[in-house]
Amino acid sequence: MALAGLLWCIGALLAISVAAIPAARHRWGTPAVYGSALCASTIGLGLALASLLGGGALLGALTLPVGLPWLGAHFRLDALAAFFLVVVNLGAAGASLYGLGYGSHEEAPGRVLPFFPAFLAGMNLVVLADDAFTFLFTWELMSLTSWALVMAHHRRPGNAAAGYLYLIMASFGTLALLLAFGLLAGPAGGYAFAAIRAAPPAPGVAAAVLVLALIGAGSKAGLVPLHVWLPLAHPAAPSHVSALMSGVMTKVAVYGAVRIVFDLLGVPTWWAGALVALLGGVTAVMGVLHALMEHDLKRLLAYHTVENIGIIFIGLGLALAFGANGMRAAAALALTAALLHVFNHSVFKSLLFFGSGAVLTATGERDMERLGGLIHRMPLTAFVFLVGSAAISALPPFNGFVSEWLTFQAILVSPALPQWLLKFLVPAIGALLALSAALAAACFVKAFGVTFLGRPRSDAARQAVETDRWSLATMLILAALCLVAGILPGYFIDALAPVVRALAGAQLPRQGELDWLTIVPVAQSRSSYNGLLLFLIIAFAAGLGAEAIHRWASGVSRRSAPWDCGFPDASPATQYTAGSFSQPIRRVFGSVVFRAREEVNMPPPGDLRAAQMHVRMRDVLWDAFYAPVAGLVSYVADRLNKVQFLSIRAYLTLVFGALVTLLTVLAVWR
Amino acid sequence: MAIGLQLLVQICQMALVLALAPLFAGYVRKVKAHLLRRQGPPLAQHYRELLRLLRKDVVLADSASWVFRVAPYLIFATTWVAVSLVPTFAIGLIFSYAADVIAIVALLGSARFMLALAGLDVGTSFGGIGSSREMLIASLAEPAMLMVVFTLSLLAGSTQLSSIAASMQASDVGLRFSIALALIGLVMVALAENARIPIDNPATHLELTMVHEAMILEYSGRHLALIEAAAYLKLLLYVSVIACVFFPWGIAISGQGPAAYFAGIGVYLLKLAAGGFLLAVFETAIAKMRVFRVPDFLGAALMLGFLATLLLFVTLAG
Repeated sequence: MALAGLLWCIGALLAISVAAIPAARHRWGTPAVYGSALCASTIGLGLALASLLGGGALLGALTLPVGLPWLGAHFRLDALAAFFLVVVNLGAAGASLYGLGYGSHEEAPGRVLPFFPAFLAGMNLVVLADDAFTFLFTWELMSLTSWALVMAHHRRPGNAAAGYLYLIMASFGTLALLLAFGLLAGPAGGYAFAAIRAAPPAPGVAAAVLVLALIGAGSKAGLVPLHVWLPLAHPAAPSHVSALMSGVMTKVAVYGAVRIVFDLLGVPTWWAGALVALLGGVTAVMGVLHALMEHDLKRLLAYHTVENIGIIFIGLGLALAFGANGMRAAAALALTAALLHVFNHSVFKSLLFFGSGAVLTATGERDMERLGGLIHRMPLTAFVFLVGSAAISALPPFNGFVSEWLTFQAILVSPALPQWLLKFLVPAIGALLALSAALAAACFVKAFGVTFLGRPRSDAARQAVETDRWSLATMLILAALCLVAGILPGYFIDALAPVVRALAGAQLPRQGELDWLTIVPVAQSRSSYNGLLLFLIIAFAAGLGAEAIHRWASGVSRRSAPWDCGFPDASPATQYTAGSFSQPIRRVFGSVVFRAREEVNMPPPGDLRAAQMHVRMRDVLWDAFYAPVAGLVSYVADRLNKVQFLSIRAYLTLVFGALVTLLTVLAVWR
Repeated sequence: MAIGLQLLVQICQMALVLALAPLFAGYVRKVKAHLLRRQGPPLAQHYRELLRLLRKDVVLADSASWVFRVAPYLIFATTWVAVSLVPTFAIGLIFSYAADVIAIVALLGSARFMLALAGLDVGTSFGGIGSSREMLIASLAEPAMLMVVFTLSLLAGSTQLSSIAASMQASDVGLRFSIALALIGLVMVALAENARIPIDNPATHLELTMVHEAMILEYSGRHLALIEAAAYLKLLLYVSVIACVFFPWGIAISGQGPAAYFAGIGVYLLKLAAGGFLLAVFETAIAKMRVFRVPDFLGAALMLGFLATLLLFVTLAG
C-alpha cells in the first residue's frame, strides 16, 4: 500500500536526521545527507504521484500505536493528501538535489543537516495526519525544525530577531489551530478526523472554527495581516530551505486551511467565501506592493510568496462561495484554479529561490543595489531566473498564466451568485487580482533587470562565477516544468480532478482528450486557451522573422560604447537602481499604502555639501496591529517586574491569597 | 481539406495585419500633418523606414547581453501573434480559439516584459527611465484593460473575442451604460499602451517625459526595425479590438466564402480609416500631460472599467 511506503520514507527521513548529527562533522556528511534525502523524497514523490493518478486504488488509511494511548496516530492518504504530497516531495527532491551543490558552501553544516530531513518529514506527516493530535504534533515538528533552520546563521544581523518573531507567530498560529480542533472535537473529544466528519459542528461553532483555522493556517501561509514574520524569516534560512519554506511550507499551511474548511467543516456558508476571497485579494496586492519596495532579492521573493498565497486564497474563497450556493461546476473551477496555483507557485518559487541562492553563493550579496550584469558571468542561472520571473508574472506560455487565467474565469462566472455583498465584492477582488498581476510583472522586471542586466555595481558582481552543476540541474528541471505545465495544462488539470471531485462535488470536463490539447473550463464558446498552439505559433513567427531577416537584411553587428543619447557615462552608478526603478510606483501607491514621505535636503547655492534624499516608509499594518500588542506586552511586563522584588512576607501573602482564591473558585464551581 | 482552407484564411489574416500596420501608422501621421496644415510624409514612409533600418548594420552596446539581441524577435513575434488572434475582417478563424482576450492581453504583457528588460540591459539611465515608466503605466493600464474585458465578457457570456463580436452584432445586447463606460476606458487604455498623446509622444527624442522611445534608445538596424514593426502592430491591434467589439457590423463569419471575406476586408479598411482619423484629430486637439498626471488618467480608466463591471454584476441576474 502506498501509505505504508510513504510512512517508511518519512521514517527514513527521520533516521537520516538522527544520523546527520554525527555525520555533519565529516566532509562526506553533506552529500550523504542530501543524497539520501533526495532518494527518500523521490520515492515519496513517485508514490504520491501514483496514488494521485491511480484512481483511488492506492489510497487508504492506517493507525499506528503511537501518540495518545486512547487515540493512536491516524494516517490517511486521500486524493487531497496525495496532491499535496506531490507538491511537498517535488519541492523536497528539488531542494535536496540543489543542496548537493549548495550545501558544500555551508559554514556550519551541523546547524543545517540534522534539521533538514526532519523538516521534510514534518511537512509530509502534516499532510498525512488524520487526527487532531497527530496533525498538531507534526505541525509543530514542521514549525520547530524550520525555526531551527532559520536560526542556522543566527549571528548574522537581523536573523535572531527574525527567528524570534517567527517563533511567536508560529506558536500563536498553533494556538489558534489547537482551539479550532478543540471546538471541532466537541465535549466528547472525538479527535480523529473521521469522528469530526461524522458530527459536523453547529453553525456558530463552525464560524468560530473557520476564523480560528484562517488565523492558524493563515499565519503560517502569510495571509495579511499575519504575514509580517514571513519576509524576515524565509530569507534568513539557507537558500534551499528558503525555497522549501516559501514554496512548500506555505502550501502545507494552505493544505491545513483546505482540510479544515472544505473537509471537516462540512457545508460552507457564503460569508466564509466572501471573507476568504477578500483576505486573498488584500493579501495579493499588499504582498506585491511590499515586494516592489524591497531591494533585498530574497526578501522580495518572500513578499511575492505573500502575493501568491493571496491569489490561492481568492480561488479558495470563490470555491466556498459557489459551494455554499450549490453551484458545483463553478466551485470546481475556482478550486481547480487555486490548487493549480498551489502547484505552479511551488515550482517557480523554488526555482527563483534557488536562483537567488546561486547569486548569493557567487557574489555574497542579497542587496540588488550591489548586483547587476550577472547575465554575462552566470548565463545559465540568468536564463532559468528569467523563465521563473516570466512564470511568476503570469506571462504566457508559462504555467503561472494558466492558473491566473482559470481564476479570472471563475470570477467571470460569479455574477450568478445571489448574495448582494458578493456581487459587490467579487468585481473588486477581480480588480485587485488584475492589479497584483500587473504589479508582479513590474516587480520582476525590476528583480531580473537590476540583478542580472545592466552593468555590475560592485566588485563582487564583477567577479561572480557560474554556480555548480547540481544547482544548475535542479533549476533547469524546474524551469522545464514551468514551461511544460504552461503549454500542456490540460494534463495537470485532469490530475487534479479527483481532489476537486472529493471537495467540491464536481470536476471540470476532462481536458486531456480535447482537440489539440486546448483547455476549456466551461464551454468552447465561453473560453478556451491553448498554450501549446500559442507557443508553437510564437516560435514559428519568431523563427520566420529571424529567417527572413537573415536572408534579406543586413546581418552585420558591431560593438561600441552605449549611445545614451550622446551622454554616455562610464560609471555604473548612473544606471537605474532598484530604488529608482520603483520610485514612480512608490509615488503612486506608496504615499497611501506605506505613508511614504520623501525628504530632500538641498544645500543652498555655494554650499559644497552633497544633497541628500531620504525616503521614509511605514508598515501601516505593523503600526495598526503589532506595535500596540508589543507595547501592551512590555507595559504589563514592566508592571509585573515589581513582583520580582517583594519581601518574604509579601510573597507569603501572595501565595496564601492565591490558595484562597483557587479554593473559593473550586467551591463555587461545584 | 477544410482545415487547410481555414489555415489559409488565418495566414491571410496574419499577412494582412503585417502589411497594413505600417500603412495605418503612416495614415495617422499623414492626417495629423494635414490637420496642422503640413504636407506630411508620404503614406508609404513607414515601409521605407523599415526597409532602410533592415539594410543598416546593428550597433550593439558593449554591455548588451543576449536578452538585448533576442528581445526584438520575441517582441515582434508575440505582438504579431496577438494581433492575428483578434478578429479583423472575419470572426471564428481557426487560431482564434487558442487564446481568448485575457490571453491576448497577457501576450502583450509578455512583449512588454521583454521590452522593459531590454531597456535595462545596456545599463544606461535613459533605458532605465523608460522601463520604469513603462511598467508604471502598464501596472495601471493592464488592470483597466482587464476590467473592460470583464465588462465585455459578462455581457457576451464569453471571453473569446469572436464570440463577443458575434454577440455584440446580435441586436439583443441593446444599448447599455456599461458599454459606453467600457468604450471610454478601452480608448484611454489604448492611448496609454500605444504611447500616444496625451501619455507619450511617439514623435520625440530626448525629452524628459518620453517613455517608449527612451526604452528603445540603444536599438539600431534590424532590431529597431522589428521593434518599430511591433509598435505599429500593437496600434493596429487596439484599433481592431475596438472596431470588432464596439462596431462589429459587416464582419464576415468564418466559412462564408471568399466574397464575404473580401467584403469584410473592405469594411475593415473603412473602419480603420475612420478610427485613424479620429485618433489623429484627438491627438492634434490635446496636449501631452506630465508623467505623474498619467496615473490619474489611467486610474480614471480603471475606475470606468470597474464601474462598468460592477453595474453588470448588479444587473445581470443568474
